[in-house]
Amino acid sequence: MEFFGLDCHFERLDAPVPIFGARVHAAQWSALALAVAEAKGRLVSLWGSDERAAGDGFAVSAAYASADGLLWAKLGLDAAKPVYPDISRFFPAAIRMQRAARDLVGVEAEDAGDGRPWLRHGAWPADYFPLRLDNTGQERFEAHADAYPFVLVEGDGVHEIPVGPVHAGTIEPGHFRFSVVGEKVLRLEERLGYKHKGIERRFMGMDTDEGARLAGRVSGDSTVAYAWAYAMAAESLVGAKAPERAVWLRALFLERERVANHLGDLGALGNDAAFGFALAQFSRLREDWLRLNRECFGHRLMMDCVRPGGVARDLDADGGAKLRRQVADIAREVAELRDIYEEHAGLQDRLVTTGRVTPELAARLGLTGLAGRASGQAADLRADFPWPPYDGLAVKACTHRNGDVAARVAMRFDECFASLRLIEALIVGLPGGAVHEPVLATRDGVGAGWVEGWRGEVFVALETNAQGRIARCHCHDPSWQNWPVLEHAIIGNIVPDFPLINKSFNLSYSGQDL
Amino acid sequence: MWHILKYVARRGRVTEPPPEPLAGARRPAHLIHDELLAILGRALAIRHVDAGSCNGCELEINALNNPYYNIEGLGIRFVASPRHADMLLVTGPVSRHMEVALRRTYDATPAPKLVVAVGDCGCNGGIFGESYASCGGVANVIPVDVAVPGCPPPPAELLAGILTAVRARGEGEAAQADFAPGFN
Repeated sequence: MEFFGLDCHFERLDAPVPIFGARVHAAQWSALALAVAEAKGRLVSLWGSDERAAGDGFAVSAAYASADGLLWAKLGLDAAKPVYPDISRFFPAAIRMQRAARDLVGVEAEDAGDGRPWLRHGAWPADYFPLRLDNTGQERFEAHADAYPFVLVEGDGVHEIPVGPVHAGTIEPGHFRFSVVGEKVLRLEERLGYKHKGIERRFMGMDTDEGARLAGRVSGDSTVAYAWAYAMAAESLVGAKAPERAVWLRALFLERERVANHLGDLGALGNDAAFGFALAQFSRLREDWLRLNRECFGHRLMMDCVRPGGVARDLDADGGAKLRRQVADIAREVAELRDIYEEHAGLQDRLVTTGRVTPELAARLGLTGLAGRASGQAADLRADFPWPPYDGLAVKACTHRNGDVAARVAMRFDECFASLRLIEALIVGLPGGAVHEPVLATRDGVGAGWVEGWRGEVFVALETNAQGRIARCHCHDPSWQNWPVLEHAIIGNIVPDFPLINKSFNLSYSGQDL
Repeated sequence: MWHILKYVARRGRVTEPPPEPLAGARRPAHLIHDELLAILGRALAIRHVDAGSCNGCELEINALNNPYYNIEGLGIRFVASPRHADMLLVTGPVSRHMEVALRRTYDATPAPKLVVAVGDCGCNGGIFGESYASCGGVANVIPVDVAVPGCPPPPAELLAGILTAVRARGEGEAAQADFAPGFN
């Protein structure tokens, strides 16, 4: 297939979501980026790979979301001088991804403005690239001093507040550098990568079944989304399809994961606005929810429940009845709590207009997922490209336009009710049959998976070598797109509102640090 | 406000008795209270450090604060600084980029300086292992008193691990009593 009138043939991958792949040359690489940007498409991901084992040089890949589906363009690069045209001119979200691709593979975007490392701190030297095949990933280096040049804000009364990497609460590590005047934030600069633990290197050499376990641990709060995207990639790689009952159960897991996270966030958001009642009640509901996960599916977070070829856990009639009863209970409780939220003037005062991202800014910066939908970006894969079983469930993307913390809270309430409806429909309509048919890659191939997790779109690109072992597996978290937007959301707000704004995005550190 | 009070009154108390260290059996909260007081002379203050986890363990640590486990009711609370902490609750694997921050946090923690390593990754690096980017288990970087396996360990097991570490220290240090209870 051809897109945007470009002379470049895309091959459709054998996935339930429309995903097309093509090898491009440098001119097509830039033309495609421009065409997608002009058609108001999105950059989903960008990553590098070492293809010298297959007799090529290096490669850089970009995945775009267009109206027709996902377009995966791969550009081969010279082994001696792996450089490619910068696409951050069209998609600002590409900046950090290009920096990460340089740190891990050593492929460089030409004339990109920001030359600072992103995922590399002081643990390995600048000329070591962990994803290159001449390295094993087991090398150890003496840690060297790590001086990262933050952008300096100068002026009368401006001072800096450095926060992290170890934060005050029970959350993940990262560094925030605030430049403030009094209480007002002039600028926030994030520095992430503290949790980089070499996940992408770890994938290399695993068989596709082993990889599923690792994919499920890229970001623990999205384990089902990652496991499903990975399973979709592994299945599309060999042209297999998971049994019908299995894909229905996957959707059931995914919606339960969405509700679990929304319940947790709604409580934490209330708490960050000093409304402790909300935390107590929502965390109680979340605990009920997780306990039933464990009872029905053997794990509170449903880790390893989705695997290539189907699912690891089935649901019996008794479990189905319990889940349906719980859906009714939770729906009633959340409706009551929503009334309490809405009539609480003190709470609303903290939420409304705080941390605003306008729809225009969201579109320009590529804000995605739940936070994007709170700023008028109506993209939801379940509604845009409904793959089984969503094709029969009439999913509608919930959206708001205010883009403030209150809108992101409202999104969570709306999506919670929508997912509860879906869970009910999924249990009622659950088809019979097997839940797993083994799928294992035995030769070289390419697959991809694309799933709407609770935070946003999770994308997995998977390539195997001649022995069917993983040559490259790239997992993409929507946090890549949304972290830079958080820097804008805080501008002009006061420092004490940062935890609230940050929580309303609730982005993954682990998912972006890899 | 009326609405909130009505909601609270209708739900009542859901807090469950906490588990016996390691054994998993339940026992009344006031006994745990007394034991913490006998060993530490005060409430137990915990500083959580995420040294590179997938965030799964953090979800379960957060669950300890929900009304079912109600750990504040037992005299255990999470604090915002290692300088206020008796115990570090560390999730892993320890990434190379968090190695220095973890050591510094440990150095900043006063006695009794208990360390509980959380999760399979905190125990031995788990699925991430050791590599150019990962130091593996927490014990490879700082001394560990108790390791709680699981991926992630459920809240009741975390709580049992925390209590085990306190009790072990109490038994080990009863003879020396090298920190004055009550006023430090």
